[in-house]
Amino acid sequence: MRELAYPRLGEQVWRERLPNGLEVIVVRKPYHAKRCAFLAVNYGGMDVRAAAEGGPVPAGAAHYLEHKMFDTEDGNMFQEMSTAGAAPNAFTSENMTAYHFECTDRFYEHLERLLRFVSVPWFPQESVDRERGIIAQEIRMTEDDPDWRAYQQLMACLYGPDHPAALPVAGTEDSIRAITPEVLHRCHRAFYVPANMALVCVGDVEPERAADIARSVLPPEGGTALRREWESPPGLLPVRREARLEMEVSMPMFLAGFRCPAGLAGEALLRRSIVGDLACDALFGESSPLYHRLYAAGLINSSLGGGFDQLPGASQLYVGGDARDPERVLGEITAEARRLGEEGIPEDFFDQLRRADYGGMLRTLDSFGSIAENMAEGYFEGYDYYRFPEVFDTVTKADVEAFLRENVTPERAAVSLVLPETGGQRDKED
Amino acid sequence: MTRQRLLPNVYFTYLPSEKFKTGCLSAQLVAPLRRETAGLNALLVNVLSRGTAEYPDMAALSRRLDMLYGAGLEPTVRKRGEAQLFGFVASFVDERFLPEGERLLEPVADLLGEMFCHPATRNGRLDWDYVRSERENLADFIRADVNDKDSYAALRLIEEMCAGEPYGVRRMGRAEDVEKISPQRLDRHYRKVLGEARLELFYCGSARLERVRGALERAFAALPRKGPETDIPTVYREAPAEPRTVVEERDVGQGKLCVGFRAGSRDVPALRLVNALFGGTDNSKLFRNVRERLSLCYYADSTYHRRKGLLTAAAGIDPEQFQPALDEIMAQLEAVRRGDWEDWELESARNILRSGLRVMEDSARAMEDFCLGQAAVGGHETPAEIARSLEAVTRERIMDAAASVRPDTVYFLRGRGEDR
Repeated sequence: MRELAYPRLGEQVWRERLPNGLEVIVVRKPYHAKRCAFLAVNYGGMDVRAAAEGGPVPAGAAHYLEHKMFDTEDGNMFQEMSTAGAAPNAFTSENMTAYHFECTDRFYEHLERLLRFVSVPWFPQESVDRERGIIAQEIRMTEDDPDWRAYQQLMACLYGPDHPAALPVAGTEDSIRAITPEVLHRCHRAFYVPANMALVCVGDVEPERAADIARSVLPPEGGTALRREWESPPGLLPVRREARLEMEVSMPMFLAGFRCPAGLAGEALLRRSIVGDLACDALFGESSPLYHRLYAAGLINSSLGGGFDQLPGASQLYVGGDARDPERVLGEITAEARRLGEEGIPEDFFDQLRRADYGGMLRTLDSFGSIAENMAEGYFEGYDYYRFPEVFDTVTKADVEAFLRENVTPERAAVSLVLPETGGQRDKED
Repeated sequence: MTRQRLLPNVYFTYLPSEKFKTGCLSAQLVAPLRRETAGLNALLVNVLSRGTAEYPDMAALSRRLDMLYGAGLEPTVRKRGEAQLFGFVASFVDERFLPEGERLLEPVADLLGEMFCHPATRNGRLDWDYVRSERENLADFIRADVNDKDSYAALRLIEEMCAGEPYGVRRMGRAEDVEKISPQRLDRHYRKVLGEARLELFYCGSARLERVRGALERAFAALPRKGPETDIPTVYREAPAEPRTVVEERDVGQGKLCVGFRAGSRDVPALRLVNALFGGTDNSKLFRNVRERLSLCYYADSTYHRRKGLLTAAAGIDPEQFQPALDEIMAQLEAVRRGDWEDWELESARNILRSGLRVMEDSARAMEDFCLGQAAVGGHETPAEIARSLEAVTRERIMDAAASVRPDTVYFLRGRGEDR
């Protein structure tokens, strides 16, 4: 395996691409009792149109598959691993499905189990049917969550409700009815192949031993890596400017999004995400003049926040929070972006933000979960996450100003509102 | 790990570690949780977080934090047992990863001390504008409890079940109480609580004990100290003969069923295992039966409130499944009482608790919460000691402890107009 040293981070990493295409990455943390393994598949909730054979699949298929992978002919591996002292879990995002565990002892045994259950499908009809009730309750739970609803509504405005980036990862109660064992098998065959996966281990792990286990458990045929190809609505304009819904919230909530160019890969993608984060902080971060002004005027509270996202085929800067007058806050944000883009960010303020953001990135290196996810994501997108200090050095004030000037404009904006109910419903009396 | 007295009623927990990239320095005042003061204490922390004499507004303060390599200074208000902990947790990059010669510990400690001892004032009092604006923000924040239905249901259960007990008081108090706090009242409260409440300090990172002590002693030199050192005892009650049922209707698609139990036993290690077997892990009876076997829900779990002797169970269900879900929750508790579990279940429960305790030591923030949460109510066990205490628990002790767990309140949050 290749050993890589990152003196600026005080970290050591071992990497190897196995002959079947699986990337194995070991981030050594010798003084921790905790060890974690993270097996990532470059396939997620947005990949409904990409099924290799037999056409598109219903929304929610990747997530349904994640739920069912833990079942094996020898029983439920979630329970088996928990019993043996590991804390296993899994998640599905728009562009990734990941299976992971954390443990202190018997790491290699758990690793073997993890690799085995993810690579061997077992989807009996009865068990697939039973899962539907569980997932339906998961969907209903998220539908009661105003933050989630605001996000879904925003993505539908920015890209249109049928765009892959706007689909709810878990699907809907309707869409999951069409998910059968056959659908799950098709997705598994197409995407759960070594060439489309990465294994990241973090902690006091012997790199060669981890790689040997991966070599012996996963199939020798690598398959092919997923290619994502779809069109996004043209001109970086949102499909719809505004959408609103009412639900039981204590105060109006808004979430605004600004469409940004997508499609970067490699280190350019990492660099853009640093630029985007600095732009967010300059514009509405807790140190920004705008934040202080709006807070002092009582127009926002500490819930105001946002970030910059890059997904395959979709990228947006978003900002939201509770506000009694969301339109006014949004107007202030775009005006401030224009001002910063035209007048420039003061030199000392930019230095301050650079320090803060760099320190923030360093501080995430104590979280094994975020290390593993960032490493896997970097691998799939073609960059080494641990090069962020070097990439950070190349980012200039002019980059951030240009980013704001080009992207945070009224033309690119859509806003999603979640408003308290006005229906005047009376509490029912028994 | 050591805990020592720095000043009268000021204690310092020191946890040396070289393994983190982020150091953690925390200062928390500890007071009894009471309806009359819960909102005052929460508001006080929010007002103090607006600025200090040297950094008098958010702009100056956040600029200072940015220059300290993005140090975080998080205002925190926690409920631990029947104590309220409120103050600030600072986190900052360990100096080993900064350019040569940069020091963060002393400036961060100084800032932490200033937050308490030298707040931004106007005419010698806490800034009125800050009080007014934070009062409104805090009331809004408390009202927003209703936005997240899972946690709302959990807190409503405790509020109903422990009405009249300190544990029934919400972490931040009530919105209507907060709205009535005048700037003068808060200023008086600030002076009283700063002098009288116990202060717990915590550090985890690579700096030597003497250096941290020195930094903290200097930073808190101006802290007034008066009044006696007092403990915060916990009130234990028994469950009623028949559990009470409370149904609330809100705008939800999913019903939230929460059941509160009181544990008569004070055998904490055994109750930890009762909870782990019952619903405390992703491998427990509730998960395997209510979710996996009956597909009634996405989550079904239980929590052991060890500082109060309660267990609570929760499940998000189709509202029509109220009775089957409740019956199953009760049946699974009954199974634990009868000793009806297989060897692997107990082995798994012990393993999960054990590794949870070890993993906690890999997070400075988790250790801060653990150490100060214990210190607040007078416990001083290490995670390793807790792990050892679990090994000694026998099957009989688990069954005895489970037998003492009795239902007190059933709380059900359902959609409007979904009756029976």
